Amino acid sequence: MTALEFSLILFVTSIAAGLLGALSGLGGGVVIVPLLTVIFHVDIHYAIGASLVSVIATSSGAAAAYVREGFSNIRVGMFLEIATTLGALVGAWLTTRVPTHAIGIVFGVVLLYSAYASVRQHHDALTRNPDALALRLRLEGSFPTGPDRHEDYVAQHVPAGFSLMALAGTLSGLLGIGSGAVKVIAMDQAMRLPFKVSTTTSNFMIGVTAAASAGLYLRSGYFAPALAMPVMLGVLLGSLVGSRLLVRVHVRTLRIVFALIIVALGVEMIINSLRGAL
Amino acid sequence: MNPNTPGANPQSSAWTDLRIEIWVSIMLRTGVLLAAAIVLTGGILYLGHAHGPRPDYRHFHAEPAHFTTLSGVLHGVAALNPESIIMLGLLVLIATPVVRVGMCIVGFFFERDRLYTIVSTIVLLILLYSLFFHK
Repeated sequence: MTALEFSLILFVTSIAAGLLGALSGLGGGVVIVPLLTVIFHVDIHYAIGASLVSVIATSSGAAAAYVREGFSNIRVGMFLEIATTLGALVGAWLTTRVPTHAIGIVFGVVLLYSAYASVRQHHDALTRNPDALALRLRLEGSFPTGPDRHEDYVAQHVPAGFSLMALAGTLSGLLGIGSGAVKVIAMDQAMRLPFKVSTTTSNFMIGVTAAASAGLYLRSGYFAPALAMPVMLGVLLGSLVGSRLLVRVHVRTLRIVFALIIVALGVEMIINSLRGAL
Repeated sequence: MNPNTPGANPQSSAWTDLRIEIWVSIMLRTGVLLAAAIVLTGGILYLGHAHGPRPDYRHFHAEPAHFTTLSGVLHGVAALNPESIIMLGLLVLIATPVVRVGMCIVGFFFERDRLYTIVSTIVLLILLYSLFFHK
């Protein structure tokens, strides 16, 4: 295979990953590493480098669309970014110490969990309990429920949410992903924030979290320019198209299809890691 | 009560926070498109020169020094090395979330939200540490 063919195949595959990632709400980053390692036999360190830049591109590229909806909460996001960036420092450091097969197994487990989280049903259990810590940190807000109508919310269980965010950041740094699934869990399950607020705020946080791993990735030589180029451009293009298509397709069916792909990749990654073939 | 408290007065607080978010999102989109344009330019130059077989990424051996430091990348760009140009695009991309946090510091400062000016500054310091010192 020539360099040109390899780049084109990666580009087309990455467009598909970005498209599916946007349509399913999981983000394209989560499938880039398994695709590169399992199908294209790329070393996992180069794969997480290429994935990380795609994740930053997707998060920043989608920001405009999310802001217009008026759901994201910049205070909640900024406060929790202290946890995710500190976690990312730990995670990125771990990539330089932990053996490849261990990273592969953790990745496989995260994939299986993400697949489950994407098809799970959501029930907003809104609480307006005046949580003292949340109020002092101003982790509250309101979101539009209709024309001229707003619903107020206050975060609950701030320490639990903060800890889960540190975990999300660690996984992001270790695996080169956005860990959107864990971020959403921290906000909508632990902190009881409305689901729509959780997902849009999570997207806003992903770029900052990922940037905290980038310095060490750069110095460790994980960014292979010729590999990252088609992947980053493809995922960005796919996710921009995907976020515009979102309203027109049946999301539930797509989610299940994407979840099945992710399960297959997750199982493949765990098996390959155990066989030492990653 | 502080007029910026969200929930106390959704209209006015939503407006000022929204203004920060709109500025930030414009910057993010501009940054991403700029980064993508630089990466694409480097990519076209790279593919114009690359005639051999696909590079082997099967085994990890850290990228050479001119792709792992800012000064190395800039030297490569000055020499019009295609892969260095791609790296420059990636560095612009990595800078966008960092600039975003800086803009939030300014925004919260003008909202007279001292707590979140400090919170954003902490996040910026962690990011700057990670970019320049993390080993």
